[in-house]
Amino acid sequence: MLQIRIHGRGGQGVVTAAEMLSIAAFEQGRHAQAFPSFGSERTGAPVVAFCRIDDQEIRMREPILSPDALIIQDPTLLHQVDVFQGLRDDGYVLINSKRSFDELGLADITQRLKHERLLTVPATEIALKHLGRPLPNAVLLGGFAALSGLITLDAVAHAIHAKFSGKVATDNVAAAAEAYEVVRRQLEALAHAETD
Amino acid sequence: MLKQTEGSRAVAEAVALCRPDVICAYPISPQTHIVEGLGEMVKNGAVAPCEFINVESEFAAMSVAIGSSAAGARTYTATASQGLLFMAEAVYNASGLGLPIVMTIANRAIGAPINIWNDHSDSMSQRDSGWLQLFAENNQEALDLHIQAFRLAEELSMPVMVCMDGFILTHAYERVDIPDQADVDAFLPPYEPRQVLDPADPVSIGAMVGPEAFMEVRYLAHAKQISALARIPQIAAEFAERFGRNSGGLVRGYRCEDAETIVVALGSVIGTLKETIDSLRESGVRIGVLGIQSYRPFPLAAVRAALQGARRVVVLEKSFCVGLGGVVSTDVRLALSGLQLHGYTVVAGLGGRAITKTSLERMLREAIADKLEPLTFLDLDWRIVNRQLEREAQMRRSGPIAENLLRDVGPIAAKVA
Repeated sequence: MLQIRIHGRGGQGVVTAAEMLSIAAFEQGRHAQAFPSFGSERTGAPVVAFCRIDDQEIRMREPILSPDALIIQDPTLLHQVDVFQGLRDDGYVLINSKRSFDELGLADITQRLKHERLLTVPATEIALKHLGRPLPNAVLLGGFAALSGLITLDAVAHAIHAKFSGKVATDNVAAAAEAYEVVRRQLEALAHAETD
Repeated sequence: MLKQTEGSRAVAEAVALCRPDVICAYPISPQTHIVEGLGEMVKNGAVAPCEFINVESEFAAMSVAIGSSAAGARTYTATASQGLLFMAEAVYNASGLGLPIVMTIANRAIGAPINIWNDHSDSMSQRDSGWLQLFAENNQEALDLHIQAFRLAEELSMPVMVCMDGFILTHAYERVDIPDQADVDAFLPPYEPRQVLDPADPVSIGAMVGPEAFMEVRYLAHAKQISALARIPQIAAEFAERFGRNSGGLVRGYRCEDAETIVVALGSVIGTLKETIDSLRESGVRIGVLGIQSYRPFPLAAVRAALQGARRVVVLEKSFCVGLGGVVSTDVRLALSGLQLHGYTVVAGLGGRAITKTSLERMLREAIADKLEPLTFLDLDWRIVNRQLEREAQMRRSGPIAENLLRDVGPIAAKVA
């Protein structure tokens, strides 16, 4: 079973991101469960949402305490919330930021985890470009598809269309595709650097 | 049709498939998404003919439901927590009058302290109200139980609550199979009331009944619930035949066959318990879980039959009777009258406290060693409890308890769960 935890702030579509991720997994024929951390939702307050993906019925109802992957929608949470709590050593981390892990002061994380599974993507900037609004949730799912290979970009696009319609949907799909491409190129560069 | 959707949406679609004539709605978390979904479907004509009535309170919601049901309309509403308490007088009237209303309870704690999160205190507070109470383990079962609930309610002419864990189920996206309208129509015939307010054939409903017949009216309600003990499994079997899956029924065991220890529980925590049971079984522990789907009527015989071979019974419940202990445990003990076995009550998950597999496993290992306290509070933070007790011993004006405990806990924003 894959367990993904998404951190962000009220208003950034954290819960919707987990729901879309579950729809994407369902689209690929898998069982998925998405649920929020059930706080009293307030704009700007730290919000957590969870998604489990498996090939059989998911019975577990506890919050995700040992995630296989983290998506951080807001880098200002890094020093406020223990977002890395319980993260597995082979885990994936995708952070919405223009800066690198080292620049974000996360050198200890890069040392503990596999560096090719730790990436940042400027999701807010990509969202502003495509949507005109700083909503990084769908964008990051595109990036996550490239980083993890756990879901396809097509499935993400399908999920976006399931939750949104019209221009909002197509703009989000375009933004997710750009994030996918940004992450894919970063991974290529990393692989290249390693073979050199 | 298989669909990845929110629990609340799945329930809204199930209710829509039951062709309700009247839906009364008053919003309260975590139930609101259900009636919002239904409101949308009534407005866009997907559910028609149907009257969607926005009322001014939960008391009004149940009062309108009583009126419409008495007029022969298939009637639905939903609520939770303080909302259920606020409508309590009308809740008793609905069952006392024998009106087959179906109501979803999106289970949530009751204040004070105010708390929006899940436990079973709300529906447990109405367990003696005369309504049938069915509990869902997952969203598929929540969906299926609503279809069965209308059938059961209308056959008996008694109201039914379908209880599903607030947030944990209502706000969870998971895979559900939404039935076809034709199958639901075949399973659920049009509502044929036993009593109806009809100007062409006038009757009055709601007479005052004195000592000469009150007990008899009450007894008849009991007799109906007892007859439901036979009908609930039959309806579940018919449902399984038509829709191809098991949902509902009285009780459902998991790995109980040779179990020395059996955990009894209601609702979504059964899922996490099954995972825990699998882990314990792998290490050679003979343990199983018994889920109770029908809490009212309480299936004394079925519970006894399922548990009588065990040496030890642990009732894990999200409800708590202050001054006594367990609520469900009291009923389970009645079912076990005269049997010699070790019994434990574990109160867990109050006010949304996460029930983790790690904590369940630790607690169950203590139970298996018979080292568990007869009444245990899972993951209780004794540190803050004792600090408050100390404070109260030291000074008279120790202040409000909730605020004191929050100060002792400190900032929680940094914690994930």
